[in-house]
Amino acid sequence: MGYTITEKILLKHSNNKEIAPNDLIFVKLDFILANDITAPLAIKEFKKIGVKRVFDTERIALVPDHSTPNKDIKSAQQSKEMREFAREQGIKYYYEVGRVGIEHALLPEEGLTLPGDCIIGADSHTCTYGALGAFSTGVGSTDLAYAMAFGEIWLKVPESLKFVYYGKLPKWVGGKDLILYTIGKIGVDGARYMAMEFTGEVIKNLPMSDRLTMCNMAIEAGAKNGIIEPDEITLEYIKPRAKRGYELFYSDKDANYKEVYEWDVSNLEPMVAFPHLPSNVYPVSEAVNKNITLDQVYIGSCTNGRLEDLRIAAKILKGHKVNPNLRLIITPATPNIYMQALKEGLIEIFLSAGATITPPSCGPCLGGHLGVLAEGERALSTTNRNFVGRMGHPKSEVYLANPAVAAASAILGRIAAPWEVEVKE
Amino acid sequence: MMIFEGKAIKYGDNIDTDVIIPARYLNTTDPKELAEHCMEDLDPHFKEKVKEKNILVVGENFGCGSSREHAPIAIKASGINCIIAKSFARIFYRNAINIGLPIIELPEAVDKIKEGDVLKIDFTEGVVENLTTGEKFKTKPFPPLIQEIINKGGLINFAIEKARGEGL
Repeated sequence: MGYTITEKILLKHSNNKEIAPNDLIFVKLDFILANDITAPLAIKEFKKIGVKRVFDTERIALVPDHSTPNKDIKSAQQSKEMREFAREQGIKYYYEVGRVGIEHALLPEEGLTLPGDCIIGADSHTCTYGALGAFSTGVGSTDLAYAMAFGEIWLKVPESLKFVYYGKLPKWVGGKDLILYTIGKIGVDGARYMAMEFTGEVIKNLPMSDRLTMCNMAIEAGAKNGIIEPDEITLEYIKPRAKRGYELFYSDKDANYKEVYEWDVSNLEPMVAFPHLPSNVYPVSEAVNKNITLDQVYIGSCTNGRLEDLRIAAKILKGHKVNPNLRLIITPATPNIYMQALKEGLIEIFLSAGATITPPSCGPCLGGHLGVLAEGERALSTTNRNFVGRMGHPKSEVYLANPAVAAASAILGRIAAPWEVEVKE
Repeated sequence: MMIFEGKAIKYGDNIDTDVIIPARYLNTTDPKELAEHCMEDLDPHFKEKVKEKNILVVGENFGCGSSREHAPIAIKASGINCIIAKSFARIFYRNAINIGLPIIELPEAVDKIKEGDVLKIDFTEGVVENLTTGEKFKTKPFPPLIQEIINKGGLINFAIEKARGEGL
C-alpha cells in the first residue's frame, strides 16, 4: 500500500521505517511559530524544562500580530516578554511592529514555510502552509515549549480524506467558497483528527492565495492539516522566496484514503456562512433573499487579507461609496501587501469609498481590537470563524464570505451578491 | 491511581474555545484570572455551578477552534477535575493532556448522564460509573505514550526528565 503526501512527509521526519494512520510518532520539525497570545505561555513553560537555549535560532518565528500595536497594558507586558525572550535567545525571525504581518500570510511570503516541511505553530490556523505542500498543524503553547527545547513533537499519524474538485470556477468564486462549501458538506467535525488533501483540475488551476485560504480553514472542519501537492504554481511562488532547501512530496497512486469526495463545482456560487458555525452555509443568492442588514464589513485576516483579496475588493468598491449605515474595515495582512496595495492604488480606492485601513493585525478577527462588535450588531467578515462572540459581544453575529461578497455588501448595506454592483473599470 | 468522583455539569456539542475563554481575556496567562471568565459567554452561572459540580460532561467536538491553551487552563483552574466528551477537537485534546487535565471520550456515557448525576471515573481502566443510576461505561485506555505523559503530570514534566537524561 502506498502513502499519502501527509504520511510521506511524516515518515521522512520520523525515525520509523514505516507508518500507518493512528500510530503515535515523534517527528523532527523544520519550523515552528508562536504569536503574542500563545508565545508568553510557551516561554513560561520553556523556562521550566531546564534547557538553556532553543533548539535552533533560525527555525523559530515569534510574530506579535494579535494585540499589536499593543491595545492595553497587559498586552504590552506580554509583547515585552516575547520581545525580551527573542533577544536573549537570539531568535532570528522576530518581527517588531512596523515589520510584522499576520503570521500565516507573513511566513509564506518570507519564504520560511516550504514544501516538504514539517511545521507546528501555536495557532490553530498553522494548517495554512499545507498549501505549499508542507505538513503543518496547530498546537498549544506547551507543545511549542517542548518543540523550542527539542525541535521535535509527538504526533498521531492522521487518516487522510481526499477532496477532488472538477469543472471550472464561475466568476467571483474562489478558494474561500470551495472551502466553505466543503465544510458545509462535511460539517465542523467532518475531518476531525484527519488530513484534508485537496486536488483535481480546479485546484491545479487555483492561484496560491486561494490555496492558502483553503488550507487555512481545514481546521474549521476539525482537520489536523490541509494539504495540496506541489506543482508549477507552488514552485513559482516558492523559488524567489525560499530561505532554505525544500523537498517535493506527492501522494502515491495506491495511497489509502478514509473517504474520497468528488464534486463538480462549475455552478458553485459564492458561499456565505451564517452564525454561529462555519458549516452553516448558503449560496449567496439565497443569503441575499434573507435581506440581512449589516453594521460592519471586515476584509482581512490570514484567510483573506492577501493582495489578491484586496484587488478583488477594490475592483468592486472602485467608484462606489460604503453604505452610510455601516463601517468597512480593511486590513492588508503584511507590510509588503500594504505597500503593494498603495502602489497599485487600491488603498486610494478604499479610502475614497469611505473604508478605514488598519495596520496588519489579527485583532478584528477574534474580537481583540480594531473593530470589536457591540451587542446586537451584525458583521460580514472575510475571516474564518463565526462562533458566538467571536468578533465581540456574545450577542453579536458574524457572517463569513469571500472579499467580493464583502465589498458588494459594504456598498449595499446588507448581504449582497457581487453581480448586484456595477463594476466601474 | 487516577480516580475522580464528583457531580456532573453538562453542556452540548461544538463548544468552542471562544466561549470557553473569550479573546478579550487573552492578555494574561494567569490561571486564576482566566478561571474568573471561564465559560461566561455560554453560561453566566458556570462559576457558581462549579462550586459543587466538578466533572464537565459535554457533546461532540468539544474545544473546537483556537489553539489557545488558555482554554483548558481556565477550565482546570475553575475547579473542574476532568472532562467526559462524546469527542474532543484535536488541539484541545493535546492541550488537555499536555497540561495534565484528565479527559475521556465516551459518547454512550455522555448520552445517559444528566446534570447533577454523581460520577466515578477511573482513568487507568477507562471506566465511567454513574453512581446515581448505577450504569457503567468502558472505553479503551490511552496509548502508552499518552499514559506516560499523563502519569508524569503533563508534557513539561516529561520534558524535564528528557532534558536531564540528555544532559541539555
